[in-house]
Amino acid sequence: MSAIVFDHVTKSFPMHRGQLLLRERLVNVFRRTAGARFVAIREATFHVEKGESLALIGPNGAGKSTLLALAGGVTQPDTGTLRVEGQVATLLELGAGFHPDLTGAENIWINAALMGMTRAEATERYSSIVEFADIGEFIDEPLRTYSAGMMVRLAFSVAISLEPDVLVIDEVLGAGDERFYKKCVAKILEFRHAGKTILCASHAGELLKMLCDRALWIDHGKIRMEGPIDEVLTAYRTAAAQAG
Amino acid sequence: MQAAPAWRGESLFVLQQLVLKDFRIRYRNMSLGLLWSLINPLVMMSILTFIFGYVQATATEPAFPVFLLCGLVPYNFFTGAWLSGTVSIVDSQALIKKVPVPRELVPIAAVLSHVVHLLIQLGLLLVFLFAYGRTPNRYWLWLPVIWALNIVFLCGLALFTSALNVVIRDTRYLVESANLVLFWMVPIFYSFASIPQKYHNFYRFNPAAAITLAMRNILLEAKAPPNSLLLILAAVSIGVFVFGLLTFRRLKPSFYDHI
Repeated sequence: MSAIVFDHVTKSFPMHRGQLLLRERLVNVFRRTAGARFVAIREATFHVEKGESLALIGPNGAGKSTLLALAGGVTQPDTGTLRVEGQVATLLELGAGFHPDLTGAENIWINAALMGMTRAEATERYSSIVEFADIGEFIDEPLRTYSAGMMVRLAFSVAISLEPDVLVIDEVLGAGDERFYKKCVAKILEFRHAGKTILCASHAGELLKMLCDRALWIDHGKIRMEGPIDEVLTAYRTAAAQAG
Repeated sequence: MQAAPAWRGESLFVLQQLVLKDFRIRYRNMSLGLLWSLINPLVMMSILTFIFGYVQATATEPAFPVFLLCGLVPYNFFTGAWLSGTVSIVDSQALIKKVPVPRELVPIAAVLSHVVHLLIQLGLLLVFLFAYGRTPNRYWLWLPVIWALNIVFLCGLALFTSALNVVIRDTRYLVESANLVLFWMVPIFYSFASIPQKYHNFYRFNPAAAITLAMRNILLEAKAPPNSLLLILAAVSIGVFVFGLLTFRRLKPSFYDHI
């Protein structure tokens, strides 16, 4: 049974070539006329099984984030269909759901609510979120005093407490420390054994190898290669070395 | 076509957390904290009392400072909530790009955050009201009704302009200018009675002005606001809310593309 299915999914964005006149823009907004568009994902077809984890590899601007946004349900494709089974949680970075002037505890509540926990669930899971984040007394300090690693721990802790069926990770795990990595990896493996799915995009190849078994290489919005992570990473690095 | 994963949260929980967040951020780093909500209306009230009570000496209304606050408090709420609501979606773009939380909650929470300041300023108004020897009367029961309608009106307006601001960033400056104009178009320092008959509807159909008229009816004249005024207020507020929500829903799918 597939957890994520993309079938010929294409997603484009309007190009903002300089300034439009107010009148033109109003007409565009309400009539949705087709202007110049930039195709971020072109005809993507792939699927991810339950309990599998897939890495997205590619240079900046290749379309990795757009693909994650489509899977996360924050934007819709122009054409093609996609299906995601169950609840999706996206690991958030500072600025998205987190506010630097608020304490870790306050941020946990806000994020729990925004990511889709009910009040009852948040109350019930609060202490286990704090425990897993393992940041000690910093929980009552404002986030601006946190190290990048502590920030990641808190975000990760909130995201997994949502008990999602699909966990989306976009670059952010890079800032954790060794001990937390081990904890994360253990948690993620536990996750996968429970039949849950992980989708992650990152530059950190070694970390991807630990977390994922399969990979998609995305280049200019197209899937260039799909296969076991070692093979795809090797091919990608070879191509990058040749181009460089 | 898509089968995006549904958001399974609780809208009221989100609204509560967003309002709390705003409140905490605004007051945590200020030594005077909540007093800031009082300083603005007090300063404005003093200046206008000085000008119209002493410099021009044209103010004939009894309890002129209270009369002014009946205009200033709704005006402050209106302008603050409208502007915060307008910029709310663009300001939370990082969130919008990551979490499928219902987008409608963002401008509505921005408006509701201002209700906290409104309550503080209404408290100030009551203090002045009692100092001028006015006491509660049964028409005060209308106060929650007119304020609820006013908040509904603002939510509708904020839904409309916040969505528009995503695709046309000039919207924010348009709202700022409209707020400046509104200071003169809401009867803050002049009375409804002093407005020529032919312009009356101009004020009645503007909920930002109508709330001031109703406040003065209730608090200063100790009478119920005219039924016609209440009906117009209700119709315009609900109409604007429906219009705002529909426009928002129409533009919502393209938010991600523009931020």
